[in-house]
Amino acid sequence: MRLVNALSRKEKWIGYLFILPLCLQFIVFMIGPLIYSLYISMTDWNIFGNARFVGLENYLNMLQNERFWAAMKNTAFYLWGIPIGLSISMVLAVWMNRGIPGISIFRFMIYLPVVSSIVAVTILWQWMYNYEFGLINHLLHSFGIKSINWLRDSTWVKPAIIILGVWRGLGVSTIFYLAALQNIPESLYEAASLEGANFLHKFRYITMPLLTPMTFFLVVTGVINTMQIFVEIQIMTPDGGPGYSSASIVFYIWQEGFRYNALGYASAASWILGITIFILTVINFKMSKRWVHQ
Amino acid sequence: MMSLRSKKTAKRVADTVVVILLSVFSITMVLPLVWMISTSLKTPIQTRTSTPQWIPDPVVWTKYVEIWEKAPLLLGFLNSAIYAVVVLAFGTFFTAAGAFAFSKMRFPGRDIIFLTLLGTMMIPFPALMIPHYVLFVKLGWIDTLLPLIIPQMLGHVFMMFFLRQYMNGIPDEMIEAAKIDGAGYFGILVRIMFPLIKPAVAAQVILWLMSIWNDYVGPLIYLHTPRKQTLPLMIANFNAYYEIQNDFPLIMAASLVSMIPLFVIFFVFQRHFINSVHYAGIKG
Repeated sequence: MRLVNALSRKEKWIGYLFILPLCLQFIVFMIGPLIYSLYISMTDWNIFGNARFVGLENYLNMLQNERFWAAMKNTAFYLWGIPIGLSISMVLAVWMNRGIPGISIFRFMIYLPVVSSIVAVTILWQWMYNYEFGLINHLLHSFGIKSINWLRDSTWVKPAIIILGVWRGLGVSTIFYLAALQNIPESLYEAASLEGANFLHKFRYITMPLLTPMTFFLVVTGVINTMQIFVEIQIMTPDGGPGYSSASIVFYIWQEGFRYNALGYASAASWILGITIFILTVINFKMSKRWVHQ
Repeated sequence: MMSLRSKKTAKRVADTVVVILLSVFSITMVLPLVWMISTSLKTPIQTRTSTPQWIPDPVVWTKYVEIWEKAPLLLGFLNSAIYAVVVLAFGTFFTAAGAFAFSKMRFPGRDIIFLTLLGTMMIPFPALMIPHYVLFVKLGWIDTLLPLIIPQMLGHVFMMFFLRQYMNGIPDEMIEAAKIDGAGYFGILVRIMFPLIKPAVAAQVILWLMSIWNDYVGPLIYLHTPRKQTLPLMIANFNAYYEIQNDFPLIMAASLVSMIPLFVIFFVFQRHFINSVHYAGIKG
């Protein structure tokens, strides 16, 4: 009996030792900073002077700030990338799931942009969007369409960034859908064929409903990631685009915090972002009961 | 009702159409990268054409020499490599140890701590960006790799969650048997558990490596001196500087070179990249 006690005491301490690094990370780099940021979000601190407590002033000022709302609206616009990307990748996955030859090559090619460094491909697309000599405008010319000044035109800069995002993200969602498709039993399709269903019926009434759990997962992660879009914008439009038309909310936080040193104000903005993401995720889960196939 | 034969023909026709569509689409997906290579082999004057020139005439290799002279790229590679290797070496071990403890060991508060840690996955990085910056300024870590390495090397919560799920599938009897043979917990983790969870670890490490190699926001905030920067930041600054001069071949060459390490790893471990989906623990 005593031996067993000694053993379980040892197990206890070794257990704590094994989770110690993760707990340290949690306390020092997660919850500590989070509480600290809540505090500075209520001060007017810029890295130099002393912090003065201002209560909710930062938050109230933000609600009246035009650039903040512009950034919010731009970020909401970027969410269009999710339905566009998911529809394309669903179709691709269905095509790739027909048991035709060459799948591994197609998969490889579609996945290549995913493996590419985001900074490098952003720079590449910036070059492709070049007004005078960019590849995209060259292609438009061959269809008889006039050049678009993609990154300097407040109408086109957001679509341009969405196109880049869809291109880069397709590989992941296609492979996820492909994995999900492989779990749909073939017998369902056979039964439907006997009933005289054509491929559109099958897609509408078998494939799409049975893919909804995967769609749900991709929508939830897609919203969380898109709400934090930053790198493409900071590199392609370092000033936030013409008339602040491309700036996202993270770009706004970065600019306020690290360009203008308004650390208190930027912390308040980052709390708004965190809460917005949380609310959107909750809404996603609530809505899922209506459309996700159980 | 169609006859069996005409059904087969219809399927073959449909398959052919799909193969053609997929080919066109996949090629379109890769075209930007081809354009990148093509541009990098030109002179700036050759890029100023009215129609796209896919095959440079003549092919110019000099940009691949120039990039090393115009930026401390080698140091960029070195900094990125240090960042990746240190984080992955320590981080993988700490993460696996945590997963092992949460899956196979008993201690008070285990499940509550586990759920609390999982909750942190919901904290977006931008929310931590400013307090982290203040902390690292106070520690005097600005312009070093420490702000990137230290927080991450303590482990990866999502990977821990996922390795724990994987370990839950390994029967407890194996651990009991090893204990009777006199193995300690450390020995069990390294010699018994680790070999069993290797495929899951490989898939997760690859995803983690990708995020480290691509990390831009952290370096942008912490690293100011060019020689101390990681590769993505160095490339981005390079771009900002030479874009004004319209030297796109130079920029494309540098960007392309920065991607080579991940491409090589992708070519070698392609299976693990694809598997990372299946090991993401998501059921379709």
